[in-house]
Amino acid sequence: MNEAQPAVPVTPAPHALAAADYKSDIKPVWCPGCGDFGVVNALTKALAKMALEPRNVAVVSGIGCSSRIPAYLSSYGFHGVHGRALAAGTGLKIARPDLTVIVTGGDGDGYSIGGNHFLHACRRNVDMTYIVMDNRVYGMTKGQPSPTTEPDWDSKLSPEGTGLREFQPMVVALASGANFIARAFTGDPNALADVIVQAVRHPGFSFVEVLSPCVTFRPEQKEWKKIVRSDALRPTADVSRAARRMLRDTGFELGVLYAGERPAYAPRGPRATRPVADLEARFEL
Amino acid sequence: MQQFDTPGADQPPRRNGASIVLVGSGGAGVMTAGNMLLEAAAHAGYYALMTRSSGPQIRGGEAAAMLRIATHPIDCMEDRFDVLAAVDWENVQRFNAEIPLGAASLIVGDPDQGDPPEVFLRSGAARVSLPLKKIAKSVPEGRANMVLLGTVAALLGLPDEAVAHAVERTLGKRPAALAPSLAAVAAGCAAADAIELRYLLATPPAASGPRWLLTGNEAAGYGALKGGVRFVAAYPITPATELLEWLSPALAEVGGTLVQAEDELASINMVIGGSYGGVPALTATSGPGLSLMIEALGLAVAAEIPVVVVDVMRVGPSTGIPTKSEQGDLNIALHGLHGDAPHLVLAPNSVADCLRTTQWAVQLAEALQAPAIVLSDQFLGQARAVVDRPADLEVAASRELAAAAAPGYRRYALTESGVSPMAIPGTAGVAYTADGLEHGERGSPSSQAADHFAQLDKRRRKLEAWDYGDGWADLEGDPAAPLAIVTFGSCTGPVREALARAAADGLTARLVSLRLLAPLPAARLAAALDGASRVLVIEQNHSAQLYKYLRGECDLPGKVVSLHRAGALQFHPDEIHRHLLEWSRA
Repeated sequence: MNEAQPAVPVTPAPHALAAADYKSDIKPVWCPGCGDFGVVNALTKALAKMALEPRNVAVVSGIGCSSRIPAYLSSYGFHGVHGRALAAGTGLKIARPDLTVIVTGGDGDGYSIGGNHFLHACRRNVDMTYIVMDNRVYGMTKGQPSPTTEPDWDSKLSPEGTGLREFQPMVVALASGANFIARAFTGDPNALADVIVQAVRHPGFSFVEVLSPCVTFRPEQKEWKKIVRSDALRPTADVSRAARRMLRDTGFELGVLYAGERPAYAPRGPRATRPVADLEARFEL
Repeated sequence: MQQFDTPGADQPPRRNGASIVLVGSGGAGVMTAGNMLLEAAAHAGYYALMTRSSGPQIRGGEAAAMLRIATHPIDCMEDRFDVLAAVDWENVQRFNAEIPLGAASLIVGDPDQGDPPEVFLRSGAARVSLPLKKIAKSVPEGRANMVLLGTVAALLGLPDEAVAHAVERTLGKRPAALAPSLAAVAAGCAAADAIELRYLLATPPAASGPRWLLTGNEAAGYGALKGGVRFVAAYPITPATELLEWLSPALAEVGGTLVQAEDELASINMVIGGSYGGVPALTATSGPGLSLMIEALGLAVAAEIPVVVVDVMRVGPSTGIPTKSEQGDLNIALHGLHGDAPHLVLAPNSVADCLRTTQWAVQLAEALQAPAIVLSDQFLGQARAVVDRPADLEVAASRELAAAAAPGYRRYALTESGVSPMAIPGTAGVAYTADGLEHGERGSPSSQAADHFAQLDKRRRKLEAWDYGDGWADLEGDPAAPLAIVTFGSCTGPVREALARAAADGLTARLVSLRLLAPLPAARLAAALDGASRVLVIEQNHSAQLYKYLRGECDLPGKVVSLHRAGALQFHPDEIHRHLLEWSRA
């Protein structure tokens, strides 16, 4: 365990579930070598480490390669419509605060079609974890540029590239109020599992950007394992420091960039559990 | 079409109802006065209905409080107003189309505020001048709106005690304003002595039970809670916002939560997420918001997640006229979802029925694990009415849950009823993934045609096999009459009243006010229309959406015609009555 990823206290599993117990018997549709396999491995390790019972975990996703994850787990899952996973997860967590809610998806789902929900999920700071598998491409629709794709990446839909600068998820998350922001690499499932454990345990909205190569449409991303710098970051609760760090960011420094102290979302105002019929008095003459 | 009690020799005639509109510029307080008049009528034992209209300004525009007070229950406004009473006339001509007057009407205005707009005078209505502001100034801290309230109450013969009660109820928390207001009301009442015309209300029959004062939006909110809703996510939109503003503190009192979402895409997905978690959930919106929710409603169909959307319809398309009513969202509610996506569509047909229909919609959505769209509208939602306490819904239905560790659990099992027990997160041994992808019985994604056929059949079967009981429609009138009217929603009020007038002329008809629009109970509808030789379909939209839907779904007997008109202005009973008379002679 390095300094950037401090050891996480591990609660002994009541039923001693292993990581494999969190996997379903459904075979993933992903290409051989896809980075997303590493995320399933890391996520199941993290769940085992936290000794969370599968019945109390809900993994929520939208549409895209990485959004297929819920079906590959033995926990509860929700595979909804494109771009709205954070909204569905938010509703689930607020309606059922007793559950551990983990939202998963890709860069297109989260930063493009779901971009508005990303802003407001950060802002709302509901106690849940959002894992984005960023491969800088739309894989399921066979290779179109996503918001994080480099401007000169050539594709059929955008010959010679989009010419657009990349979306900056970390800075956006910080500015929007996410309470925990980390970057990890799918090639190191143990380190990723540790980050996920920290993210789940951190109060409020935790955002984990995972570099997850697309071996089919972005084969050059196989080189990421040589570029990532796993010891690069220490957590800070200082927003200015985190912001400076993100603005200098190469996109390949791994670790926790920010761990804030905002209290998680909670409904405000007085609350009660009176019988519904008591409300009739409001209408009576 | 006012009916009169037989007057005594020296008594002015007593009426079974009267319609009043109070107008004035922003800050003149006509809404306050209108609400007090409504409460006074309620306190005096009358039924009443109030709608409001205001200029396009965000704050401070001209305003009109439109009231109908009657000795009997009412679900719509009258053809004409008896009294148009103005604090001032600034921009009030804008409301011209909403304020029909007749030769028997009376215009009350302050001569210091100028003449009433010509457009109102052309009606032939009588006109009286009262120096409202001067009278108000004669009372310390007196205000013209309270003077006008006193005058109008005197014209109607409302008891002083009832008016005082209404003023006290409104101003109870501002004792400093109470005494001047009561004095101004008394001065206005005294000033009415100078007016010869009277619109005296007959003494109302004793109330047979408790009465409520509420809007359709509030009724829908309460119905949602009675149905079991404990999670709401929504985005503000006229004219649904008041429903949400009522629900927000109400939910907090009964252990529920409301979240203001970032948009309607979030709203619908949040409530689907909450309902997936086992908590009955609802969102409310209007046409533009419903458009944004349609994709996710398809998910709720496919993943079989109960959810209720209340669409308080307004004039469309696009931004349209946000503050006016129309039944133009029927098509999108019925047909907007892509793929074959059976779901529920219901419509309340009165302010009070917003309670029952929304409660029933929650129950049906829960029991059938399907989305339900409730088509309310701006008129029903925002009208404030005195109604008999609505009867409790006599049916109950709820979600069928999977037991923990149910052996061989299959979330989407092909049961005979089509309903398969739903596992709720937290339940051990039955975890599954809810999926918008087509799936087999276990819930695993499948692109097999056989699974698709089987699941399509299952999702249709559960809606078609359900026994909806008698709540599918209100059946009224003479069930053997050759003439039948089919309608829905807020058209029902004026249709009912038109039929009552036609009956007085000896023309009887049967009325079918559809509450369950989808799945259409075609067999029950056919039975209700059996033997009819003429069917008239009445609705408030420009393209006869209900008429076309009915003609596509079932064989209507005899000659079938459509009476449809776009919104902004509600149907009046007279418009439908005239149509009925002409049509019956044709």
